[in-house]
Amino acid sequence: MNVNQSAPPVPPYGQPQPVYPGHHQSSYGGQPGSTAPPNPYGVYNGPVPGYQQTPPPGVSRAPPSSGVPPASTAQVPCGQGAYGQFGQGDVQNGPSSTVQMQRLPGSQPFGSAPLAPVVSQPAVLQPYGPPPTSAQVTAQLAGMQISGSVNPAPPPSGLGYGPPTSLASASGSFPNSGLYGSCPQGQAPPLSQAQGHSGAQPPQRSAPQQASSFTPQASGGPRMPSMTGPLLPGQSFGGPPVNQPNHVSSPPPQALHPGTQMAGPPGPPPPMHSSQQQGYQLQQNGSFGPARGPQPNYGSPYPGAPAFGSQPGPPQSLPPKRLDPDAIPSPQLNELPPQQKTRHRIDPDAIPSPIQVIEDDRNNRGSEPFVTGVRGQVPPLVTTNFLVKDQGNASPRYIRCTSYNIPCTSDMAKQAQVPLAAVIKPLARLPPEEASPYLVDHGESGPLRCNRCKAYMCPFMQFVEGGRRFQCCFCSCINDVPPQYFQHLDHTGKRVDAYDRPELSLGSYEFLATVDYCKNNKFPSPPAFIFMIDVSYNAIRSGLVRLLCEELKSLLDFLPREGGAEESAIRVGFVTYNKVLHFYNVKSSLAQPQMMVVSDVADMFVPLLDGFLVNVNESRAVIISLLDQIPEMFADTRETETVFAPVIQAGMEALKAAECAGKLFIFHTSLPIAEAPGKLKNRDDRKLINTDKEKTLFQPQTGAYQALAKECVAQGCCVDLFLFPNQYVDVATLSVVPQLTGGSVYKYACFQVENDQERFMSDLRRDVEKVVGFDAVMRVRTSTGIRAVDFFGAFYMSNTTDVELAGLDGEKTVTVEFKHDDRLNEESGALLQCALLYTSCAGQRRLRIHNLALNCCTQLADLYRNCETDTLINYMAKFAYRGVLNSPVKTVRDTLITQCAQILACYRKNCASPSSAGQLILPECMKLLPVYLNCVLKSDVLQPGAEVTTDDRAYVRQLVTSMDVAETNVFFYPRLLPLTKSPIESTTEPPAIRASEERLSNGDIYLLENGLNLFIWVGAGVQQGVVQSLFSVSSFSQITSGLSILPVLDNPLSKKVRGLIDSLRAQRSRYMKLIVVKQEDKLEMLFKHFLVEDKSLSGGASYVDFLCHMHKEIRQLLS
Amino acid sequence: MATYLEFIQQNEERDGVRFSWNVWPSSRLEATRMVVPLACLLTPLKERLDLPPVQYEPVLCSRPTCKAILNPLCQVDYRAKLWACNFCFQRNQFPPAYTGISEVNQPAELMPQFSTIEYMIQRGPQSPLVFLYVVDTCLEEEDLQALKESLQMSLSLLPPDALVGLITFGRMVQVHELSCEGISKSYVFRGTKDLTAKQIQDMLGLTKPAMPMQQARPAQPQEHPFVSSRFLQPVHKIDMNLTDLLGELQRDPWPVNQGKRPLRSTGVALSIAVGLLEGTFPNTGARIMLFTGGPPTQGPGMVVGDELKVPIRSWHDIEKDNARFMKKATKHYEMLANRTATNGHCIDIYACALDQTGLLEMKCCANLTGGYMVMGDSFNTSLFKQTFQRIFSKDFNGDFRMAFGATLEVKTSRELKIAGAIGPCVSLNVKGPCVSENELGVGGTSQWKICALDATSTLGIYFEVVNQHNAPIPQGGRGAIQFVTQYQHSSTQRRIRVTTIARNWADAQSQFKHIEAAFDQEAAAVLMARLGVFRAESEEGPDILRWLDRQLIRLCQKFGQYNKEDPTSFRLSDSFSLYPQFMFHLRRSPFLQVFNNSPDESSYYRHHFARQDLTQSLIMIQPILYSYSFHGPPEPVLLDSSSILADRILLMDTFFQIVIYLGETIAQWRKAGYQDMPEYENFKHLLQAPVDDAQEILQARFPMPRYINTEHGGSQARFLLSKVNPSQTHNNLYAWGQETGAPILTDDVSLQVFMDHLKKLAVSSAS
Repeated sequence: MNVNQSAPPVPPYGQPQPVYPGHHQSSYGGQPGSTAPPNPYGVYNGPVPGYQQTPPPGVSRAPPSSGVPPASTAQVPCGQGAYGQFGQGDVQNGPSSTVQMQRLPGSQPFGSAPLAPVVSQPAVLQPYGPPPTSAQVTAQLAGMQISGSVNPAPPPSGLGYGPPTSLASASGSFPNSGLYGSCPQGQAPPLSQAQGHSGAQPPQRSAPQQASSFTPQASGGPRMPSMTGPLLPGQSFGGPPVNQPNHVSSPPPQALHPGTQMAGPPGPPPPMHSSQQQGYQLQQNGSFGPARGPQPNYGSPYPGAPAFGSQPGPPQSLPPKRLDPDAIPSPQLNELPPQQKTRHRIDPDAIPSPIQVIEDDRNNRGSEPFVTGVRGQVPPLVTTNFLVKDQGNASPRYIRCTSYNIPCTSDMAKQAQVPLAAVIKPLARLPPEEASPYLVDHGESGPLRCNRCKAYMCPFMQFVEGGRRFQCCFCSCINDVPPQYFQHLDHTGKRVDAYDRPELSLGSYEFLATVDYCKNNKFPSPPAFIFMIDVSYNAIRSGLVRLLCEELKSLLDFLPREGGAEESAIRVGFVTYNKVLHFYNVKSSLAQPQMMVVSDVADMFVPLLDGFLVNVNESRAVIISLLDQIPEMFADTRETETVFAPVIQAGMEALKAAECAGKLFIFHTSLPIAEAPGKLKNRDDRKLINTDKEKTLFQPQTGAYQALAKECVAQGCCVDLFLFPNQYVDVATLSVVPQLTGGSVYKYACFQVENDQERFMSDLRRDVEKVVGFDAVMRVRTSTGIRAVDFFGAFYMSNTTDVELAGLDGEKTVTVEFKHDDRLNEESGALLQCALLYTSCAGQRRLRIHNLALNCCTQLADLYRNCETDTLINYMAKFAYRGVLNSPVKTVRDTLITQCAQILACYRKNCASPSSAGQLILPECMKLLPVYLNCVLKSDVLQPGAEVTTDDRAYVRQLVTSMDVAETNVFFYPRLLPLTKSPIESTTEPPAIRASEERLSNGDIYLLENGLNLFIWVGAGVQQGVVQSLFSVSSFSQITSGLSILPVLDNPLSKKVRGLIDSLRAQRSRYMKLIVVKQEDKLEMLFKHFLVEDKSLSGGASYVDFLCHMHKEIRQLLS
Repeated sequence: MATYLEFIQQNEERDGVRFSWNVWPSSRLEATRMVVPLACLLTPLKERLDLPPVQYEPVLCSRPTCKAILNPLCQVDYRAKLWACNFCFQRNQFPPAYTGISEVNQPAELMPQFSTIEYMIQRGPQSPLVFLYVVDTCLEEEDLQALKESLQMSLSLLPPDALVGLITFGRMVQVHELSCEGISKSYVFRGTKDLTAKQIQDMLGLTKPAMPMQQARPAQPQEHPFVSSRFLQPVHKIDMNLTDLLGELQRDPWPVNQGKRPLRSTGVALSIAVGLLEGTFPNTGARIMLFTGGPPTQGPGMVVGDELKVPIRSWHDIEKDNARFMKKATKHYEMLANRTATNGHCIDIYACALDQTGLLEMKCCANLTGGYMVMGDSFNTSLFKQTFQRIFSKDFNGDFRMAFGATLEVKTSRELKIAGAIGPCVSLNVKGPCVSENELGVGGTSQWKICALDATSTLGIYFEVVNQHNAPIPQGGRGAIQFVTQYQHSSTQRRIRVTTIARNWADAQSQFKHIEAAFDQEAAAVLMARLGVFRAESEEGPDILRWLDRQLIRLCQKFGQYNKEDPTSFRLSDSFSLYPQFMFHLRRSPFLQVFNNSPDESSYYRHHFARQDLTQSLIMIQPILYSYSFHGPPEPVLLDSSSILADRILLMDTFFQIVIYLGETIAQWRKAGYQDMPEYENFKHLLQAPVDDAQEILQARFPMPRYINTEHGGSQARFLLSKVNPSQTHNNLYAWGQETGAPILTDDVSLQVFMDHLKKLAVSSAS
């Protein structure tokens, strides 16, 4: 945010930084960045006069040394800031907080500090002991809710803000350290790190805390003191102090986690602090203030938090509500809209950080291969690079589950509200180090299956009676083993050939299908690709057609082929169209291609049989000639109208006539308004947003496309759509067929060859070259007790169990939701078998089988210990994105929030160790759930900004539907990488930082990517040398805003950045177009949209606010 | 009598007109009693080597309802520069250009020898001729190849500035765009879907230019609106392209399963062809030439399903009302034919297949538009190739023998009214004072449209005498008729040919002999036959025969000389003597008898009968039989089984077939190889003579007849045996074992029996 900009603060920090840097870095890698925070102060201060003053002066530095002492209001803030941060940190660390609690007892607050950092990491938590819940993050959000409310609040709020953000962790932490330094210096640093997060918040807290601190100090001891330093209380927060006291006090009681909160005793405050204040404090405290102080962070947080959150209930005995900081102004405040209450002075650094979680997982699990032999094992995060060894369960690259431990009963499942879902990517591409599934040929008899449930032979089948029979692991049916498959068992009851047979030893493998598995009992012919090119005026004018035809010439040599095949079996065909369709006869015997025009779009048919679909090598000359001529032929076209449904129909009919499956590549530019089936109207209407009719924007205009899609699926005709719209094209309707046929949609708004060529070419190349299966049917079988009930993704279903995919590539993902229909057995666990019948690109019919065994539990805690938040978010996003088709967006959002709150509340109620209600306790596995969920909620589909078009929303909606976990992860929480922080020499990817404006420093350059977009943000204060070496211009002002290509320069920085961009692009399934954004430039708005931890322009809550809100919801559920 | 024959011949030579009566009964009552209606056969464009067209426009009568054209029969007042219309008696001023006329300085149209005169009109845009090939691709490879060659050849015969277009069809219909360079383009249509003209034009993008044209109009009003069509291009421009295109033409690629007919979308292809021309060149001369090798099997106009096990409808099916598709298909093609006629285009049908091709349903396309119909066994026969080539033959001026978009207007003097016309024409529905309420043929109008015609196209035009018995016409009064034919000459000029004729009125009582002597029995036979054939299209065969019989009996009663109830006393005058024989053969002809003919054949025969001139028509009714023998020079002999003798070679011309038949002995001689022996060279000559004569006929006739060379006992001898009068059959004892002639195995009555019955009935007072 502005923070960065404010120059003054920086310098000061700068100094301190040097000193602390070590700490920061060490602990928070990213935090150092926190330097930024200092600036924040400036900013925040801005708003709040009082604070402002404080910040500037003491701001960062002050706090450390003198800051605290300054007791004076001005200084106080600083100090507060620091504390606040800590406090927040606590919040985030939830667990840590608990930890701290413990420590407090054991060690001093400082001790806790170290814990704090731990918090983020599970490991650490454990130490704390309390932590069975370790996972939990206790945030004393009691206040949070309130705080969550918007700032509008009175001065206090101002204060609150100022400090929290501004001080930012960095400064905050430092100061603390400084202060405490003496005490637990060593610890301090760590804390700081942990707290670092919180850094920002401190200020707010600090105020209160300080106040409290005073008291607390007394009680709490050292930490508080520092806190106290901040005299804030006096100021706006008069009330807060009270809280602080609590905090402070809390420390003592710390022994009791909850107690800590309670500690708040400093009864006094109550009166003073209207509930509001307390609320703040609580929040702050909970998270920050106190925590920091102490260990600083931790300690304080707990204490503080408790105090607030709990609302020092004890002392005051005020009802929670009152306790809410909001209450401070007046008890009634509670009733006020949250906004007023706002003033979360939660330190962003103190709340759970996705970056940290990812980093930790990487460090802990990235080095060892993930061996799939163990049932119910939670795989590493999608962001972690790891190798998989298949020892009987499918690789997480194929299947990921929301939980690897399934409740035994539906009651439990209902109680927990954790969706049981698997995200399946049946044809996922594997890294080169991992072997692709073995192909098993069982000859004419075909794959061995259970007679009753038809499950395929898998490692979980039990052989009995000396190997003459086997018991189905899904339905328990006893089947005979065919003579040719018979094998003796060893002493463990295992077949002696188990390791020779992939289907008996691996989680994923393929069977060669027999003719029984083929349509019409005929082996399929090799599939075909049909390129269907819009040649209307728009397409010609934009240069698309020329570009495309040129590119196709070389692209045709890269059609997917199977294994070591020398040439692709895939045949190709060409169609161009505007208001009518032009088919081309490119038979090899012709000297020239022949064009056949079909104008009868109302009743589409394929005008030729022979010569439409051809082998590339045989007809190369004719095809080249055709591609040369297409741009010429239509160069003078004036036809602006296009058709669409007939185009698909034509492609489908062509495949039908050729009796093969295949894929249509449609390159389309405009709304199909020509008189024909599937004709569309421009129905874009922004007025519908936020009304009950908003859902119509996502629904197709006409049912014609669904019917068409159904036919396509029956024929195995997959449709990939490339859109080049200059205006509204009704993506919602046009994407129906691609969506239902397992195809992809690519959209290049306002396509211009110069700007978009690379992106389009890259996408097209990848789309054409990628391996794809056709005419697929997927079925998921499960152990008795659960059942696949719901499916999300790009496919069609004509009944309730079979997922039909006209085409399926390595990126398409199907999310399957399971429900109980009976009890599961803890011993036998739950099995999933996903069987995919498909035609390979060489025309071979195959079955791909993935097996996965999950644990079952009777304890909710087991469930919460084995969840995967990324997968959960994947499911929830898809669920919500489908929901918008039928319900108002607001309902969908509320449903999401409610479900999330229920999940967390259930945990809190059943699994977390008792603690004050004011404490937000999150399961370790789900501590990122709120931040990610918030990202989903503020995504374009669910909360569109003014600049987001209806088409964009529909586009994103359908895109997300078939995303895998890794894609949703980065899509919802973009990666923000500082480019100029780490030494140029380092070859590793720079560590990511959190997606928030306050993390940006104006002297640096950052890269942001979310899988679809790629930004480079250039701070206004970047050194000229850097600008020169990256952009080849002499100053910041000369950088072209919106630049999409970095100049190729021969210097280490340029090379490194371009190399990084290339490697990022290579990781994503779609080419990310680069946009260079300058600080303070118009385009920056676009960029800021992706800083998902911040409040969004369209009204999306900031992370902190949302966390508070979440906490409130949970508390409501619990009470 | 000879004078009448000469008169008739002279008239035919000069005016191309033959009347059934050359002296007209002067009242309605008498006219009806004459049995044979007053009618004429008119060959509007009869080739006249001695008639150079005049380069100016005709002078019209100023009365709006008349507008007759100045002719030799008009009374002219040279001094007053006035002329009186001989139809309405309006007096008209000569136009300024005629100021110089006098008795000695007459314009051509006033000279008696110019009773037929042709004017050339310079007005109006000259539009090039259009030839649109509609080609069936569901052919055997060999056939298709032959057809392709014929088509390629035809390009060199077309006038260089003529526009050509190409539509091919099979399961789909393709309209080929000819203008493009590089890629050959075609528009493809589903063969099963009927499209309106509007849809077709939309889909072909023909309606598009409307906007740009409107804008461009002011700037270039004279711009040829035609040039824009991508589908019809001048031959000289796309000669090579089209030749290549035709060369690359492939058989319909869609697979045809065993036991199926190929799917052939003739109906849609024609519909598109019609729509295409309708949108681009309305009212200019254009030929749609349909080449088909089988029946339409799908879509509108389908004649039979694609199951081979279901045969194409036969007459038997039709009588039993078993022809599922016939009515619908006929309706479809009629609709197309009418549209085509409205646009002034014509449709030719070249159907070459061993089985039927649906001519029955499609006949109206050719019949109503003046198009040709050619039926053959294969495109790879000289019958088709030469016939097709002959279409592009040229006259002595180097002009094509085809004319387009003709309108025939008939004007009569007051005592006459027009009852109708039979021929390759459609009514223009122009009512007028001279139109009779009683229709014969296509009536109710005084104008007809003949979309395409050539020098032999002949119409039968029927009149009604309306003069009342009690209002006698003064002695020596003459009735006049004027035929005005406006047409587009193949050189694309507009021309008007005017024929004005007059005949004497005669009182049937006092001048019966005159009337009788002026009877033209040949013309009458053909005209009656046309009436019969016309009615046969819509009525049952037996009814027609009965009607013809009754007419014949009545005629005999009226003009025969006999004693009541005494058949032996019956005599007919020379001018009537051949008429009953014509009727006898007509009754046996394929025009009225469907037995042994497929519906397609019947349609084909009737088509030609309705458009050929008198001579050809007579040949069709009563084939000509020549005999070649060592006994003398070739001579025509009776079309009778008694003419079939062992030592003779017979040459029969039925118009559709030329049959050479070797008598038993001759055949044996030939088998023995005498013709190869030098000492029997005369035998060789004898064998050669009929072949040479046949070649002569083959060379001249359109369509080229089927040439059959057979001998006694040969299977193809049936063509001869079925035509001759079965005077000797297995039934008449006296013929058995005689050396003369060959018995015919038939139950048909012979001419003798027919005549006997006729006499009996004619003299009977009962009828």
